[in-house]
Amino acid sequence: MLKILKARFKQGCKTIFFPKAPAPALPERYRGRPIIAGQNDIVDMGRISFDPDSGFSFSNDYQMSTSGREDLILSSGREKVLASALEDKMLKIFGRSLKLRQVSAGGCNACELDLNVLNTPVFDLSRFGIQFVASPRHADGIVVTGPITKNMREALLKTYEALPSPKIVIALGGCAISGGIFRDGPQVSLGLDTILPVDLFIPGCPPHPLTTLDGLLRLLDRI
Amino acid sequence: MALFNGGKISLSNIPVLVVEKFRAQIIESCGESSRLVNLFGILETNGYLRLLAVLGVDEEARLDILSTFISLESPQYESLTKDLTQAHLFEREIAEQWAVKPVGHPWLKPLRYHSNYRQAEDIWQGINDKIIPGGYPFYAVEGEEVHEIGVGPVHAGIIEPGHFRFQCHGEEILHLEIQLGYQHRGIEPMMQGQDLRRSMLLSESIVGDTSIGHSTAFSEVVESLTGCSITPRAQAIRAIALELERLANHVGDLGALGMDAGFLPTSAYFGRMRGDYLNLLLILTGNRFGKGLCRPGGVLFDIDNKMANDFCLKLKKYRDEFKDVSDLLFTRPSVLARFEGVGIVSPKDAKEIGLVGPAGRASQMECDVRINYASGMWQFQHVPISLGATGDVYARALVRSQEVLRSLEFLLRVLPSLPAGDIFVAPGPMKPDTVAVSMVEGWRGEIMHVGISDNQGGFGRYKIKDPSFHNWFGLAYAMRGQEISDFPLCNKSFNLSYCGHDL
Repeated sequence: MLKILKARFKQGCKTIFFPKAPAPALPERYRGRPIIAGQNDIVDMGRISFDPDSGFSFSNDYQMSTSGREDLILSSGREKVLASALEDKMLKIFGRSLKLRQVSAGGCNACELDLNVLNTPVFDLSRFGIQFVASPRHADGIVVTGPITKNMREALLKTYEALPSPKIVIALGGCAISGGIFRDGPQVSLGLDTILPVDLFIPGCPPHPLTTLDGLLRLLDRI
Repeated sequence: MALFNGGKISLSNIPVLVVEKFRAQIIESCGESSRLVNLFGILETNGYLRLLAVLGVDEEARLDILSTFISLESPQYESLTKDLTQAHLFEREIAEQWAVKPVGHPWLKPLRYHSNYRQAEDIWQGINDKIIPGGYPFYAVEGEEVHEIGVGPVHAGIIEPGHFRFQCHGEEILHLEIQLGYQHRGIEPMMQGQDLRRSMLLSESIVGDTSIGHSTAFSEVVESLTGCSITPRAQAIRAIALELERLANHVGDLGALGMDAGFLPTSAYFGRMRGDYLNLLLILTGNRFGKGLCRPGGVLFDIDNKMANDFCLKLKKYRDEFKDVSDLLFTRPSVLARFEGVGIVSPKDAKEIGLVGPAGRASQMECDVRINYASGMWQFQHVPISLGATGDVYARALVRSQEVLRSLEFLLRVLPSLPAGDIFVAPGPMKPDTVAVSMVEGWRGEIMHVGISDNQGGFGRYKIKDPSFHNWFGLAYAMRGQEISDFPLCNKSFNLSYCGHDL
């Protein structure tokens, strides 16, 4: 018992104060929101793999989540658009307590793992009233990862149907948004919004946990 | 014909045996000092399927490669599986990908539910249109008080999909059948062709938590085919990233084991500490999973002195923290009571199934690619092998914790003395019609990529094998006679990849 208490004491408090305090600085090499350099450049954040040799340059900005698919497409002169809050009626229902069900549909497990990270003491997601639950019947929304394989399509639709209405749908990562690197493969879809109505798009390969948290909090009007 | 890890051989130089001899030689070798490391088909233009087998002779760092031709006019051959359990999943894969039937296979059923790659009639009619498990009759046990439990594909946590079908008598599991395939994206055919940049990016997303492992294997295949030798500095940086990946995942697994044993402090602490290693990868590569680091020809990011010193300071601190929390976990009687004697795979069974990685080493399988098939940095800097004795959850946890400490030692030794030089050498064109083989010890075990070049500068066939492909059957086997409530714990102790299996 004493050993457990000692370990607990040594661990201290590791939770970040975001969003009350600014987010911790991300390292120099982190590849966040792409920078539009040329007049004619167009970058679809929902399609790219954020790879360093893509020919694009990337900023350190982790804020990338949007409410509309078209808002992910960046071009010269276009303002930065981020996810907007749910409408008032939905906010009243979900604003203080949002239960989500995650469905992995062909994901490489990177998105899934970095979503799990939100449950560690560092991000402590439950302090915002957001929780991942085991049953779709207990959930207010689903978070989908992966390019939605042929073999997972049915299970995804069944899970969606099992959710009580009103419900929200979140596409996490490039694969869920557009098929990502697997796009045009014979076994995958062209993106979640071709199958279900999507309320929040969180781009990245995978999205940094801060990108995801930022998106969720914007959806709930907390930022 | 013998090959070393990272070696290449012209397709025409691979020995061709008649099917009976091919079969006999594999079975005989695997009865002695070899293991079946890979077995797959290549479609020939002359109406044949060429089966290629790679046998690993662990003690001699040697890979034996042999092949046989099967006429597609009579697409069948005598199954190896009935005499060699290790071949079981490989033969199911061949049957599905090429509609070639291993006659006498004791458990021939679809693996990933897709049409075959040669536009012939599938062995299982209409497989591509079926929803898994597609009416497949799971192995059933009958009798009074026997009941069946089905779990998945959508699980309770934030994890990948798969279906588990248990046959139970009361609390006791009599049989577990695991049906995967839900994550099947069709990566192998997508890796083929001339767009090597896309293949490179795909290799980083075969298994996201093993991005470094798989992208290293892909890069080594291309380097082998182009005759490009990367600099010692690039080799060192790849090895550093591979160990950071191992550290993150092993530490995370120990946390998850604590959670499933009902001991939450270690789960919270290890869960957070896992992030420390991912953040080091983020500093190094700009991505928490190391995507974007490895490229054929070297790496894209360097480690300067300042970063090396910073990493060393942090890693020393993380080592102390790890020892503290690990001590908490492994000295807790309630935890040990849950770990010990649960989910045992005996050394004999592990060898028969062909377990690899930490799960294999926990059952005394003495193989670690970093040691047995050392390539790159591992030829110069060694890590001792971590073996368990008991083959249970405890052994699988202990092997992980030993490997964590040894990876940390390795990093603290390599980081301050990085070899000088460039980090990237542009590779030339690939040698046509050649087979290159690369093995990497990912954190789950032996990754193998086999690339076969065409004569247009791309890949005619690309074969990926994730360690999970060997080990899923080990999990099913370990559950026999166990209590159903021990499944989550056993599952975590293997922590296998769904997408690595499904491809």
